[in-house]
Amino acid sequence: MSDMTSSGQMLAADGTPLKTSLARALRRQKLRALALIAPLLLFVVITFIVPIATMLFRSVENQIVSSTMPQAVELLQQWDSATGVAPDEAVYQALYFDLFKAAEAKEHTKLGTRLNYEQTGTSSLFRTSGRKLDDVGELWQDPIEDIAPALKDGETWFAMMSGTGSNTVLEERRALWASLVEEPFAGDVGITISDEIAQMLPLTTAAYADWAIYEAIEDGKDISKRDPWEAVYAGLGLDLRSDATVRAVNAYTGPHAADLQLLTANLDQMPNTMFKDAFAEMDEDWLDPEVWEAIKIYSPNYTSGYFLNAVDMKKGVETAEMRPENQQIYITLFKRTLWMSLVITASCIILGYPVAWLLANLPMRTANVLMILVLLPFWTSLLVRTSAWKVLLQQQGVINEILVWLGFVDDANRLILMNNATGTVIAMTHILMPFMILPLYSVMKTIPPSYLRAAKSLGATNFTAFRRVYFPQSVPGIGAGSILVFILAIGYYITPEIVGGTDGVLISNRIAYHISSSLNWGLAAALGSILLALVMVLYWLYDRIVGIDNVKLGG
Amino acid sequence: MAILAQAPRPKLMTFTAPCTAALAAAIAFVVGNAFGTPLVGLAIGAVFGFILAALLGQFAVPRTMGRTATIAFVAVAGFSVGALGGAVAGALLGAVISWFFYWLHTGAYRRAVPVYYTAAQTLWYNTFLFICGLVFFFLIAPLLPVIWLSFNAQDFFTFTPEMLSFDPAGYSLKHYRDFLGTDEWMVPLKNSLIIAPIATLISVTLGTLAAIGLSQSHVPFRQAIMAIMISPMIVPLIISATGMFFFYAPLGNWLEANLGLNQSFVGYVKVILAHSVLGVPFVIITVTATLVGFDNSLTRAAANMGANPVTTFFRVQMPLILPGVISGGLFAFITSFDEVVVVLFVGSAQQQTLPWQMFTGLREQISPTILAAATILVTFSILLLTTVELLRRRSERLRGLSPS
Repeated sequence: MSDMTSSGQMLAADGTPLKTSLARALRRQKLRALALIAPLLLFVVITFIVPIATMLFRSVENQIVSSTMPQAVELLQQWDSATGVAPDEAVYQALYFDLFKAAEAKEHTKLGTRLNYEQTGTSSLFRTSGRKLDDVGELWQDPIEDIAPALKDGETWFAMMSGTGSNTVLEERRALWASLVEEPFAGDVGITISDEIAQMLPLTTAAYADWAIYEAIEDGKDISKRDPWEAVYAGLGLDLRSDATVRAVNAYTGPHAADLQLLTANLDQMPNTMFKDAFAEMDEDWLDPEVWEAIKIYSPNYTSGYFLNAVDMKKGVETAEMRPENQQIYITLFKRTLWMSLVITASCIILGYPVAWLLANLPMRTANVLMILVLLPFWTSLLVRTSAWKVLLQQQGVINEILVWLGFVDDANRLILMNNATGTVIAMTHILMPFMILPLYSVMKTIPPSYLRAAKSLGATNFTAFRRVYFPQSVPGIGAGSILVFILAIGYYITPEIVGGTDGVLISNRIAYHISSSLNWGLAAALGSILLALVMVLYWLYDRIVGIDNVKLGG
Repeated sequence: MAILAQAPRPKLMTFTAPCTAALAAAIAFVVGNAFGTPLVGLAIGAVFGFILAALLGQFAVPRTMGRTATIAFVAVAGFSVGALGGAVAGALLGAVISWFFYWLHTGAYRRAVPVYYTAAQTLWYNTFLFICGLVFFFLIAPLLPVIWLSFNAQDFFTFTPEMLSFDPAGYSLKHYRDFLGTDEWMVPLKNSLIIAPIATLISVTLGTLAAIGLSQSHVPFRQAIMAIMISPMIVPLIISATGMFFFYAPLGNWLEANLGLNQSFVGYVKVILAHSVLGVPFVIITVTATLVGFDNSLTRAAANMGANPVTTFFRVQMPLILPGVISGGLFAFITSFDEVVVVLFVGSAQQQTLPWQMFTGLREQISPTILAAATILVTFSILLLTTVELLRRRSERLRGLSPS
């Protein structure tokens, strides 16, 4: 196949140097292997790794505060919570316009729920305030419509606001909507806002643009025929509080300038309500600096707050502090999860070791039959085994009935085996035992029985021979089985949920609770991330001790 | 057996009879306790055990006859106190006592230990076997009451007196009829049977290809790739489910909005994708394990004879690794078929699967129909176990590793 040329280089059949030819063959082989692996790798990455990454992201993500009340949050940055007084009027004013918008899109309750995790009572604060925002707007709407009846009409507004301009205000407001509702809000709104008006009446324009975008894109209405919402009137009222604006309006000549000038002529009929007072009237909690502190602390887009909550801490303005004793649950739960997993692992070793020894040392035929007794529970549905334990352990269950019938337990004091930690440990030991027996068995199978005999013939007693010769060789099996059982135990959900009651639940039940009941997804993600980190450490240990290639299934 | 025949028989009056008496006394103590007179029971048991052992031993009653007589006697005694249920319990206890007597009397208790073992060592060995027996009992026994109770005529999760006295009126198939005849259970079963096979198909197809790729000699980043592919098995289900919950919900919305698919179809797609990725590690592990013993010269030989890679795969490689592929597939299938947490988080009510229905049933309303479902699943898992076991043997035979 190859030939020596005059230069002394080995050549392949096609005349290329052998080295190049081999390198090419190797590269082709590698590429073929990768091509076979690629589809699955891609599949696992998309359907599994990306979701896990999403969870990690969720555990720090916190855009809801700044996207729901962007203007208020921005102004709030200058406020110092250490003063112990509520922020000033400008913040409340910004809050009004932010919240009005959010309430129309029904997003304000989400923010209330979010902040409620940090400051109890916030949820109802946002919910009740959301309903009263219209009333505040009407404080201006009513006098404005009395003074200039033309402004009752949506068509007047449309004519007044339209004109020529670059529509920058509209695009800015569109971006804010997009981040609030998490939809692109793309599409034609059907208006070009006059630059002159936008400059003269900034708050009015902003409120009008908000309304126009929502009305046109979300509700799909023709805005030229619709009446704007109350916040627009409030905006106009506020704009007219400035003398400069009043002068500009008086000099204005655009469409419906006469109606605006009617307003400037009757400024004394406009209310001089302060937003701070208006909010205080809705709910006096709005004056509570603690509420504002919570808002300020959670205003950044990313927060360590969920993680701090997950370890029973609370995020302060500058530092994190422990929560009060009576609110600490997660550390206890983590400790309990680790402790119960340890107990379960230990019981699995104690019960599984003799069985594995027996299986490894009996003749193959008998061992195979007995192996079925181990594999049958392994192959039986988890739910079946859990329901079996419910049948056995409950107060009217099989175990209690037998004990009562035999007279060992008084009918009035039946054993409480379920809905506590005992139930979880018993049921989970049963369920996870095959995962201990199988690795132990495969390790013990490789220990030659002659070693034990040699030790005995050298004078060791049975116990010494076991302790000094057999046991040390079976330790890798114990290690493999323990880590497997431990990893499975700390993430278990179904069995503790059914037989665990309140004392026997693990951290996973809390995660499920936050996902499906309390809807505090960020906290669920943070708890999950901590658990994941724990498992990764164990996984790494497992890889060091056993090697992931050596995982075996079903004996 | 020849050795056994010559095994020294222990002394009847100083060993076998007292031991039998002790066992009978312990049993009778427990039974007596049920009637409020444990000490009377203890005494009767001890006397009965001793006399029984003395009679059987002294007159050298043959095993079959001795055991039958004992069982019959105790069963009759049981019947006199507890009707049919008592008779069954009596027969069982009689069987245990007579077996124990012959086990001691014939010297069978020393069969498994070397002749030089001392009495204490023999006792320890047999205690050890007894402990192992208890562990096996612990593993299997919990499943039995489920099967028994699934034939309950009442809507209870507990045994009724009729059931315990083996009265036919206490038994019925109504829970099986409920299981097979109502949408409440049939729809979840149908969903499980839609989701699990498709998920298995996906994980087996992709997994087998990847396992073949991984088992080749020059794979860059082999360790890292392996770690990624095994990760769905290592990461606790609750974490996978949480991650998938965050990821699949927007994915589903996107699919519905942009591709115009209907909601129910998208729901199935989400659950199937989630389940197939959970099944992947099992396929990878079993197929890679099968490929370890695969002789690569076979593919080279096939190539040499002019077969293209595809033909080689289907005609040479596939038949040889098929047992591994099938058992990996079974693992993947059972993973999906038995999975609750992910489907609970990712699926909607339309995708309710059988385990999900059982889970809600166990958590909320307790209906023995769950037990009927459980019994059917146990039967199903026995079938699966048999298949896997047969496949494993076949695979070992093919690779010349047949068990002794």
